[in-house]
Amino acid sequence: MGKTHIRPQRVLGKLQVATVTLAHGGGGKAMKDLIDDVFVAAFDNSDLAPMEDQARLDLGMLAAAGDRLAFTTDAVVVDPLFFPGGDIGKLAVCGTINDLAVGGAIPLYLSCAAIIEEGTSVELLRKVAQSMAHSAQLAGVRIVTGDTKVVPRGACDKLFITASGLGVIPKGVQLNAHAARPGDVVLVNGLLGEHGAAILAARGEMALDCTIESDCAPLHELVAALLARAPGVRCLRDATRGGIATVLNEIAQASHVGIEIDEAQCPMREQVRGFCEILGLDPLYLANEGKLVAIVAPEDADAALTALQAHPLGAEARIVGRVTELEPGRVVMRTLLGGHRIVDMLVGEQLPRIC
Amino acid sequence: MKYVDEFRDRDKAAALATEIEKLACSIEGGSTPIHIMEVCGGHTHSIFRYGVEELLPARIELIHGPGCPVCVLPMGRVDDCVAIAEQPNVIFTTFGDAMRVPGSRKSLMQARAEGADVRMVYSPMDALALARAHPDREVVFFGLGFETTMPATALTILQADREAIDNFTVFCNHITIIPTIKAILDSPDVRIDAFLGPGHVSMVIGSAPYDFIARHYRRPLVIAGFEPLDVLQSIWMVLKQIKEGRCEIENQYARVAAAGGNVAALQAIARVYELRPFFEWRGLGSIDHSGVRLRPEYARFDAERRYAIPNARIADPKACQCGEVLKGVLKPWQCKVFGTSCTPQTPAGALMVSSEGACAAYYQYSSAKQRTGARG
Repeated sequence: MGKTHIRPQRVLGKLQVATVTLAHGGGGKAMKDLIDDVFVAAFDNSDLAPMEDQARLDLGMLAAAGDRLAFTTDAVVVDPLFFPGGDIGKLAVCGTINDLAVGGAIPLYLSCAAIIEEGTSVELLRKVAQSMAHSAQLAGVRIVTGDTKVVPRGACDKLFITASGLGVIPKGVQLNAHAARPGDVVLVNGLLGEHGAAILAARGEMALDCTIESDCAPLHELVAALLARAPGVRCLRDATRGGIATVLNEIAQASHVGIEIDEAQCPMREQVRGFCEILGLDPLYLANEGKLVAIVAPEDADAALTALQAHPLGAEARIVGRVTELEPGRVVMRTLLGGHRIVDMLVGEQLPRIC
Repeated sequence: MKYVDEFRDRDKAAALATEIEKLACSIEGGSTPIHIMEVCGGHTHSIFRYGVEELLPARIELIHGPGCPVCVLPMGRVDDCVAIAEQPNVIFTTFGDAMRVPGSRKSLMQARAEGADVRMVYSPMDALALARAHPDREVVFFGLGFETTMPATALTILQADREAIDNFTVFCNHITIIPTIKAILDSPDVRIDAFLGPGHVSMVIGSAPYDFIARHYRRPLVIAGFEPLDVLQSIWMVLKQIKEGRCEIENQYARVAAAGGNVAALQAIARVYELRPFFEWRGLGSIDHSGVRLRPEYARFDAERRYAIPNARIADPKACQCGEVLKGVLKPWQCKVFGTSCTPQTPAGALMVSSEGACAAYYQYSSAKQRTGARG
């Protein structure tokens, strides 16, 4: 039997103030207090506890889970920091998990850094840290290392978070953006555009009263269920910034295939459609934080749809289109009316139309 | 969505398309094209977004008109906006899609990146609210658009007047569509057989201002709604007039646009604005009486009087053929610079600027096959 490790006990610092100042980034006791009291206390886990400058991960355990590591990073800036359905902390954790998950990886460890604007309230940081810890715990991943910096007022907008994630891809799982073939079907796991609409609405600039919630959620369990039932999944992408329109364009270009989607089959909440109608936005380009696009071999289309629909995060899953030989690199949409139009990449950000 | 989905019904669209085909075949002239101009950028957007052209017989050619206020904004006016926005202490407010319109030096978006306080608003009232909230700052609203947006700006000025708010001004670039339709009809190379009239402009001005188009120029016009079935039905109504040899102003959009227009909106317009002797349009040049400015009674809300603005006339790039496209002489892809030096990323001409511009819509929504096929 191996011997029991006795970890060095560390006395955690305690913050005495309500607001972060530049002193909390100075490397001294104030900084230790901030890290201990806000972040370590929330992320509490055995890999983090030794408080070394790096997390040390057991190779044997990683190797047992698969044959490749997946490694990703995500920078999260969002205004407002708290919005219906989530907050910057949940977004950082779920976004990083999802970037691993769509590669077929089992997400295991996260590293997070917070860049904090001087004057930010400690209470706000606590809430964000707790949200990160909660999201990580629910998803079964550990936040094992991190960093904080405090910058002068105006040098960042309250709080920026970056997160990196490490996962293991099980042997045999091969998902690639260049693997789409004519005849494949295109699936999404649910209602589109909710995160983008929720953020725009939460900013309050449009003075529209609505209760759209972000779809922010970790997708790795859904992906695991999908891959278990439908081995013909060729490619997965999470449809974040730029929406499914952008992801489909990326896949069409990487695979040199055409993609045709059917507007009537694109699932959308009534409120999101209305929101987009009023502002003149195209929901296909709105960000999602809990939605993926799956390209699946035709023989596994039904199995994939059933697997997605059996999971709570895929209850509204649909087949929205198919991969074609026509116009490689292009995404075409069959409109509600029965006509066609190109769904191109956006030039810049979407802007509300004048009238 | 109620009152929206009904107007996007695939089966009804197919049925209408069949009727349009029958009617188009029965109009004499064999296969000579019938040119119909949709005046409004909202129609252009809808036609491309829903793929309406695909449902139309080859004989019908849609000409995408000048009714996109963002597109026809001359470069010099954008430069003026930037100059105002770069004044110290100014908060410059604008509708979203004007942010990206290129000036001769930069767009408002670039000015914002360089430090100007440029904010996107959805209504002029939001700009007035900003002025109330920041009494120590100067808030300027970029008044842009046809009669559709003109009343909202007028009512905001009247409200500012009532509240005696003195840190709010409007940079008035509102334009009026009628003189421009007339200018297009007067040009010698025009190829337009009939019009789809702008639904939301008509909601404000009613149908009487179009009478001269039928009476003097002998062209039918149907005031049209913006949903795809509205557009199809309006095309059918136009064809019916052509077939029966009528030239009338008809209203397909009666559910929104009343024949007499909106009296309160018209009163606000009359109270606040007066016609300018002329106004510059990108792609079309200077057109008499096609723009409005604030009346002297409201001079203190007039940004043109409060700020020293360059007011320079910047010529459109020589290679641009926006004018020909607007008159229906050229299709967007027949322009020399379409898709090469003029793209949505680097718009050289007016019609590539906003998603409602004909060239941007073609570039964005129609397939490469269609473009090259049509060009060849």
